[in-house]
Amino acid sequence: MAEAGKSPRVSPESEGRRKGGEDTQEGGGAAGAADPAPLSAVSPGTEEPAGDTKKKIDVLLKAVGDTPIMKTKKWAVERTRTIQGLVDFIKKFLKLMASEQLFIYVNQSFAPSPDQEVGTLYECFGSDGKLVLHYCKTQAWG
Amino acid sequence: MTDDKDVLRDVWFGRIPTCFTLYQDEITEREAEPYYLLLPRISYLTLVTDKVKKHFQKVMRQEEVSEIWFEYEGTPLKWHYPIGLLFDLHASNTALPWSITVHFKNFPEKDLLHCHSKDVIEAHFMACIKEADALKHKSQVINEMQKKDHKQLWMGLQNDKFEQFWAINRKLMEYPPEDSGFRYIPFRIYQAATERPFIQKLFRPIASGGQLHTLGDLLKDVCPSAITPEDGEMKTQVMIHGIEPMLETPIQWLSEHMSYPDNFLHISIIPQPTD
Repeated sequence: MAEAGKSPRVSPESEGRRKGGEDTQEGGGAAGAADPAPLSAVSPGTEEPAGDTKKKIDVLLKAVGDTPIMKTKKWAVERTRTIQGLVDFIKKFLKLMASEQLFIYVNQSFAPSPDQEVGTLYECFGSDGKLVLHYCKTQAWG
Repeated sequence: MTDDKDVLRDVWFGRIPTCFTLYQDEITEREAEPYYLLLPRISYLTLVTDKVKKHFQKVMRQEEVSEIWFEYEGTPLKWHYPIGLLFDLHASNTALPWSITVHFKNFPEKDLLHCHSKDVIEAHFMACIKEADALKHKSQVINEMQKKDHKQLWMGLQNDKFEQFWAINRKLMEYPPEDSGFRYIPFRIYQAATERPFIQKLFRPIASGGQLHTLGDLLKDVCPSAITPEDGEMKTQVMIHGIEPMLETPIQWLSEHMSYPDNFLHISIIPQPTD
């Protein structure tokens, strides 16, 4: 059901594109996994100040322990994407089995709830214009 | 201020009279009587409803029973939100007891997280506390605690032991005297009127000029629509633990006294009742 014209919801940053260009399309293919949230996600109720409205944020994904690394580490991710959506994407990217677990950590300290949005986490825990997330196949912290 | 400690008790022991009814389409062998329970506001649905589950499973065939979930007037209730928040957000200003429908089929994957054991609740609860401490103290306090202290926080909540919980939790509520507050206030604002998830941002308890930020300041900053009167009349209520705190209340005080055990202030913005 991957529609051809649909832009990838997670795409590698330009710096990663140099070596990882061939992976670009793959990123889009994973998007349909389990997160059916629509793209038009500008919320009616929250008046965000101007300049804060950049739709995508930079997420740096780092592997922990013996979890496979991703060749492309920095991704532009929509703010409304949930942690679960990101987990599905990483699992697909790393070709993990659906039954395998994947944990995501912020600040190397806590695992956000699967329904939390990366945009919110970026607002609170982002630094230097990006959100650093660690991922792991086993529970790493707490 | 010794009086303020009473607030912690009042928050801890808040209860909501609730009537659980089995969903009409669930198949039973005999009629399922409703089940009444006083729900602790600060706890989680799946943590305190073992009796409800047993009660309804008695009248059902084993093969008809899968993961239990709860719904109020068509809205699936998220077990990972504290009970008091669910009530404030969805059922404020309605008649008591709170009428919750119990389901065993058609689990709404899109709306709810699975909860197969109490360990899942514990993991979620501890993750929230850690996130809150990351905001309050750059994780320093929670990281300096021992494993058994973490366990005591959870056991205190699970067994409804106020003293046991607060013996540890008070450390999470401290701050260096020279700072006069936390680094940032852990809060989440939920709006009944939108489908959007909660609002959570960085907000300091003290203004740059040194004065205390209030609940009103917070709302003005991150959710102005909540406190903007239309035609001179407030159209919304700002609710924490079933009450409307004055907007002049310092946010640091609210954070210390009216946070849920997960160390977050869960604030509901709901429409003003019209009657």
